[in-house]
Amino acid sequence: MKKITFALNYRKPKLDYNPTDQIEICIRFSHLDKKTNAHKIKNISCGVKCMLKDWNNDWHKNPERLPVLKTDPDYSKKNKKLFDIRKKILINQFKKSDDLEKNIRSSKLDPKIPKGPMNQKWTNHKNSINLVNPANKRNIDVIVVGTGLAGGSASASLAELGYNVKAFCYQDSPRRAHSIAAQGGINAAKNYQNDGDSIYRLFYDTVKGGDYRSREANVYRLAEVSGNIIDQCVAQGVPFAREYGGLLDNRSFGGVLVSRTFYAKGQTGQQLLLGAYSAMNRQIAKGKIQMYNRHEMLDLVVIDGKARGIIARNLETGEIQKHSAHAVVIASGGYGNVFYLSTNAMGSNVTASWKIHKKGAFFANPCFTQIHPTCIPRSGDHQSKLTLMSESLRNDGRIWVPKNIDDVEKIRSGKLKPTEIKEQDRDYYLERRYPAFGNLVPRDVASRAAKERIDAGFGVNNTGEAVYLDYSTAIKRYGKEKALLLGIKDPSENEIVKLGEEIVETKYGNLFQMYEKIVDENPYKTPMMIYPAVHYTMGGVWVDYNLMTTIPGCYCIGEANFSDHGANRLGASALMQGLADGYFVLPYTIGEYLSNEIRTGPISVESVEFDESKSLVEKKLQNILEVQGKKPADYFHIKLGKIMWEYVGMSRNEKGLKTAIKEIKKLRDLFWQEIFVPGNMYSMNKELEKAARVLDFLELGELFAIDALDRNESCGGHYREESVEKDGPQKGEAKRDDVNYSYVSAWEYNGDPSKAVLHKEKLEFTEVELKQRSYK
Amino acid sequence: MDLTLKVWRQKNRNEKGKMETYQVNDISTDSSFLEMLDILNNDLLEEGQEPIAFDHDCREGICGMCSLYINGKAHGPDSRITTCQLHMRKFKDGETIYVEPWRAKAFPIIKDLVVDRSAFDRIQQAGGYISVNTSGNTQDANLTPIPKDDADKSFDAATCIGCAACVATCKNSSAMLFVSAKVSQLSLLPQGRVEAKERVLNMVKQMDKEGFGNCSNTGACEVECPKGISLENIAILNREFLKGSITNN
Ligand SMILES: Cc1cc2nc3c(=O)[nH]c(=O)nc-3n(C[C@H](O)[C@H](O)[C@H](O)COP(=O)(O)OP(=O)(O)OC[C@H]3O[C@@H](n4cnc5c(N)ncnc54)[C@H](O)[C@@H]3O)c2cc1C
Ligand code: SF4
Ligand code: FES
Repeated sequence: MKKITFALNYRKPKLDYNPTDQIEICIRFSHLDKKTNAHKIKNISCGVKCMLKDWNNDWHKNPERLPVLKTDPDYSKKNKKLFDIRKKILINQFKKSDDLEKNIRSSKLDPKIPKGPMNQKWTNHKNSINLVNPANKRNIDVIVVGTGLAGGSASASLAELGYNVKAFCYQDSPRRAHSIAAQGGINAAKNYQNDGDSIYRLFYDTVKGGDYRSREANVYRLAEVSGNIIDQCVAQGVPFAREYGGLLDNRSFGGVLVSRTFYAKGQTGQQLLLGAYSAMNRQIAKGKIQMYNRHEMLDLVVIDGKARGIIARNLETGEIQKHSAHAVVIASGGYGNVFYLSTNAMGSNVTASWKIHKKGAFFANPCFTQIHPTCIPRSGDHQSKLTLMSESLRNDGRIWVPKNIDDVEKIRSGKLKPTEIKEQDRDYYLERRYPAFGNLVPRDVASRAAKERIDAGFGVNNTGEAVYLDYSTAIKRYGKEKALLLGIKDPSENEIVKLGEEIVETKYGNLFQMYEKIVDENPYKTPMMIYPAVHYTMGGVWVDYNLMTTIPGCYCIGEANFSDHGANRLGASALMQGLADGYFVLPYTIGEYLSNEIRTGPISVESVEFDESKSLVEKKLQNILEVQGKKPADYFHIKLGKIMWEYVGMSRNEKGLKTAIKEIKKLRDLFWQEIFVPGNMYSMNKELEKAARVLDFLELGELFAIDALDRNESCGGHYREESVEKDGPQKGEAKRDDVNYSYVSAWEYNGDPSKAVLHKEKLEFTEVELKQRSYK
Repeated sequence: MDLTLKVWRQKNRNEKGKMETYQVNDISTDSSFLEMLDILNNDLLEEGQEPIAFDHDCREGICGMCSLYINGKAHGPDSRITTCQLHMRKFKDGETIYVEPWRAKAFPIIKDLVVDRSAFDRIQQAGGYISVNTSGNTQDANLTPIPKDDADKSFDAATCIGCAACVATCKNSSAMLFVSAKVSQLSLLPQGRVEAKERVLNMVKQMDKEGFGNCSNTGACEVECPKGISLENIAILNREFLKGSITNN
């Protein structure tokens, strides 16, 4: 076995030295020589000296890990040098021995799927996980970055279990995490509607909807715990929609044939998040969660291969802080904002995920992005974000464009109103192409179908980038039903419409209001205009079955990880996954790791690794401030977004992807020459926050395109023009390639996005038969 | 459209602030108010100046982060919307627009238009929850039917986004609408009844401690509330409070 440590290079017996004598420090290698079977020791001088009295031979045994003690005025510099040298040697060793490297790598990518039949894996695993006793939990700290559904529920549950939680968010309150914006609903296999739903069916729909690129065992577990989520939320006082009998109501979402979606009007995410927030508040009041609002995580601190804390910036004072813990959980949401325009919040970012990626966490399937078919179209260049119109609207709304190109022209020039176009002159293209699922095909299919019509010139607004979502049929249907219920005989057309509009209002009122405020048109009277927009990222940090990343002690949950949705996420499944991870999975699985930490004791932030991370963060921000160029962060973000949308958007090909990679690199170089951020680091500086986030997007964007280039198949939201069905009934549809691409791409950082190393996690399917998805 | 803006600028918590005047030109009526501020900020940056700091995140009226006092109205002209949902079509070409932060003793200004609303979090921590631990064995969600009316009313109260426009609007800087929304959401549900008494007493106590003013039933809060939280909730809070105080004595 090889060992590397530090030692003093004594030239005479130790006792002959005075405590104040300066002695050289060396790096000591020891290894077993296979030929002679003897231990060999080799010392190499490091060029650093210290006094005997300041030397700590047992440095590795105490949490601060200081070989040179603080009594030496230069202890920090000296220790940094020692660890730098050690690190270099470690890296070089790996490089020499390829076999070793391969070994380490493949073992790192062990998904740790428990053995046994699918429907018993989770139960068996839970029963075999080591538990931490309550007294010991009090001595264990966990950092949670993010307070959305994933981070909020995890923080509350971990604190309830007895761990000391430190939670971070960049907003001024945990209640404002972007989960708040989720509209449509949350899935659960409750089968309250008795329409044949079951755990297996939810599992099957999710794997199929994800186009067979997710890990079966994780998805099965998700379906298993889904019912508990609803029970838990109701117990917390989440006011889900109910029927007149007082029981919970359901609606259906795209890609499935049952009604399993629970909702609270168009504000389901808000209600669920406020539930998690209230659970957090209870623990904050008890002192079990320490909440850090307006704080941004800017680095992960890794000590001896384990995640031990983070560096965060207080966004109000600018102070750069060190926070330690026995484990770090990243729940920082998705990275859709790499496209600049998306349905994400303005502050949504990839920073936390990207920082851990650079510290050793593999990034999986970065190119798997969901483009949502129903968003409000862009109105001009001032546009800062796009607003989603919930998929639940496709339950009742019908999507169409005019059949005749002349009508399109007339609409654009304002000569014709959509309501004046006759039924037979409308092309309900989803119903036409996919009779079985109609308007409820999965999102990727619906988005591409819209793009196909728009590319063919049938877009209905002045930018040519919109299709209609029409409620007139639904309003009439509901109106007639209601009139019947009320016993109105021969209701007039007006009465029907009025009654129908009332029903639609109770179901979707807030969405219709939102539309009206933005577009300035009344969606009850004229069809809404919609267009696809970037919405969700299925890709994310690679995690194993326990939700641990490739860095021991660093976990990743919610949208930030890659695990459950494969290449396409079904509607109402992200909320389910976030809460499953945070309430019901992570609190158990983290015990496996933390049970080995009960003897570690408090982790000090006074260590070389913390100091090094902190100074790197400061240096990076300082560098950005010092460029003093001419262009604001938005300039680069908008440019990056355009490159991504054009070449890495709804439809991708080799040539475009190569162009994107080149362009993004160029843009990154330009950033370092031209960025302008005023002010300084040590005060509230929103431009600096923005610039630092954009910089991370500029790096991620490149990896994103590289991943899309590697995957020469069409699956889910990833559509490669090179891979389509050439003939048969599916002609023109996306073509998956299971022979060559049935794997998760997990990228390892290696100094630069372009040098990332690809690791493949082979996907095995035992429960679900691989089929080409058909929604026809 | 071309506009003159008078904006509150303040370096940090300690320094004094003042109104500054800016000019923005060529703004599309379709752009949102915050997009107009983005344009102004990018103009400022091009001149090498510090942009105006303001809070915002979701930009779709749900996170409650945006918080501007525009022309003397919380969230500006137009009703039932947040600042981020305000569009420039609500203004006239050539108009002068005044932009200020929320002003209330309990909300210190941090910078420019950004205020510290952590008092709201502390009120919620004082009792805005149902004490239930996470467990896989909570009772089935459909075991206790809840009359649709109660559920709907509870939901309506629960839609409060914690933006604090109600406080900014109130001449007494009272937080009653905000507090009452949580109190009634939970007290309307059977699972929230158990702790109803302590909840209302503790939340009101914390509200007073944070330095919010008294409610004098003027009703300005309801008018400016972007989510239409109804004054009825204040009546429910008062009822709960009275019940709580009596039985507590
Ligand atoms: C408009 C919209 C509608 C949606 N509707 C639905 C729906 O109906 N059903 C459904 O299932 N899904 C829906 N989704 C998807 C779903 O809402 C999200 O995937 C999910 O809420 C993400 O939750 P999260 O906890 O992972 O992250 P988020 O809720 O995004 O939380 C991220 C957290 O991380 C913090 N954070 C980020 N970076 C840092 C950092 N560097 N330092 C410190 N803190 C940081 C943030 O402050 C925040 O607290 C919707 C998404 C959008 C955008
Ligand atoms: S009651 Fe209305 S105005 Fe007050 S915080 Fe809630 S949403 Fe904002
Ligand atoms: S920015 Fe979220 S409500 Fe305005």
